[in-house]
Amino acid sequence: MLSALSLASIDKEVAKYPAEQKQSAVMSALRIAQVELGWLSKDCIEYIATYLDMPAIAVYEVATFYNMYDLQPVGRHKVTLCTNLPCQLQGADQIAEHLRSRLGIGFNETTADGRYTLKEGECMGACGHGPLCLHNNHTMHDHLTPESVDKLLDDMQ
Amino acid sequence: MSLNTPDTQVCLWTLQHAEPASLATYIAGGGYEALKKILAEKTPAEDIIAEVKTSALRGRGGAGFPTGLKWSFMPRGFPGDKYVVCNSDEGEPGTFKDRDILRYNPHQLIEGMIIAGYTLGAVAGYNYIHGEIYEAYLSWEAALDEARAAGLLGKNILGSGWDFELYAHHGYGAYICGEETALLESIEGKKGQPRFKPPFPASYGLYGKPTTINNTETLASIPWIMRHGGQAFLELGKPNNGGSKIFSISGHVNKPGNYEIPLGTPFADLLEMAGGVRTGHTLKAVIPGGSSAPVLPAEVMMACTLDFDSIAKAGSMLGSGAVIVMDDSVCMVRALQRLAYFYFEESCGQCTPCREGTGWMYRIVRRIEQGQGRPEDLDELLRIGKNIAGNTICALGEAAVGPVASFVKHFRKEFEYHIEHKKCLVSH
Repeated sequence: MLSALSLASIDKEVAKYPAEQKQSAVMSALRIAQVELGWLSKDCIEYIATYLDMPAIAVYEVATFYNMYDLQPVGRHKVTLCTNLPCQLQGADQIAEHLRSRLGIGFNETTADGRYTLKEGECMGACGHGPLCLHNNHTMHDHLTPESVDKLLDDMQ
Repeated sequence: MSLNTPDTQVCLWTLQHAEPASLATYIAGGGYEALKKILAEKTPAEDIIAEVKTSALRGRGGAGFPTGLKWSFMPRGFPGDKYVVCNSDEGEPGTFKDRDILRYNPHQLIEGMIIAGYTLGAVAGYNYIHGEIYEAYLSWEAALDEARAAGLLGKNILGSGWDFELYAHHGYGAYICGEETALLESIEGKKGQPRFKPPFPASYGLYGKPTTINNTETLASIPWIMRHGGQAFLELGKPNNGGSKIFSISGHVNKPGNYEIPLGTPFADLLEMAGGVRTGHTLKAVIPGGSSAPVLPAEVMMACTLDFDSIAKAGSMLGSGAVIVMDDSVCMVRALQRLAYFYFEESCGQCTPCREGTGWMYRIVRRIEQGQGRPEDLDELLRIGKNIAGNTICALGEAAVGPVASFVKHFRKEFEYHIEHKKCLVSH
């Protein structure tokens, strides 16, 4: 199910913890799987459970608890906008409105062409640089303006 | 000594240099000297703890607990593995200081964690890094590799015969994991639900082993204290509030950002450093210590100095040093609605008063904001808050109540206006 590269990355994570604590690598394993596959299907969760000698339900519990895991397919580009208070004070509501009108979708929706998914995020720990968003969970873009958002979206093929 | 200069900077001084994050920059500034001295002289753990106690270093993650005292709780004679854990799960709205330590001075945190590991007799340390800052997770791991290659980490550190390892653990989106026992559960590969205390982590922590958990800024302050002495650190701040502290200022100021200044600095000075309130507006309210800290009206805040004791006296808390500034354009009902939603969204669901109560509070604030509030709603909000606080395993419940109770207390008229007139008192 996962490439040799992904499995090597998971093995590297497993090695961080005591030998009898492989389960500690489950969060990273899910992240690595999601990067490769785009989202976490039940099959994928079961695969990781077997790989880490965990009950599938325990992996599922983790996957549903942390909000950056996607248990449904998402667009090729997931844009998660922080709308929490500091970002809101610095203009996040206007950026949210711009994203909605530009993409024609609301939060938790995906464009018909499968290109973009829009999500509302909670505090990302970079408030002084707001408004800000995450692209596919791992790349942060800050000091957003309607113009910079347009450019960002255009660059996401 | 002027404010926000290398003299007063404990953690962010590397920003004065071209390559702040590099090992070379850190070593040129005296980095790893404290560790070398400790290992060469085999400094007794008690001496290090005494030095940290002298410094009056208090936890920088929000609770302000004396670090030296926390370290003294670790059982010395325990025969098995022990751990040091760093809490870089920085997700309290308004807080963004630990990310800058990870990005711009990773080695000072590494040295601090190694010294902590040595002092506490730990076999390894884990740094739990907030899910949303993946880039900082990668860069801190790169710094670990750099330290390993230089013989500063791993087997036989600096030829001392002592082994110690450090690892980064990446979160994936859960504010609750900033709570120390939820964080431990998360490292163990479970959902991040807080544990009942006692037992405290010092006796039953990671994998059930004695564990000390400190915030990023706290651990990064340790090398400075060991190099310059606890007394020098204490003198940077004020009695019982040792050191400089990073204040993350956001919201309606002209220059949001991190400012590392002595504890006890007047708030007015920080505001000036941050370029003052947004041009054309006046100060209305400030949340002085992250979103969980009670809001204070402008006039109260302008009379405060920035230290644990002064802010507590004013009825709020210094927390993580996250200062959220709101000007006269802010509708306090709308601002509270967003915060109330945050706690509702992030409640882990384990304790009924918090799981249900945060949702009730959010929905009531939302209906007030939308002009559907009822006259009895404000008392109802406070009543729900009283039923949450003190009735939950962890502090998220209290954290959710803090904003609600303080917004209603200080800005009750705005809430009443919303309920009575079904619109906002503030012209946007």
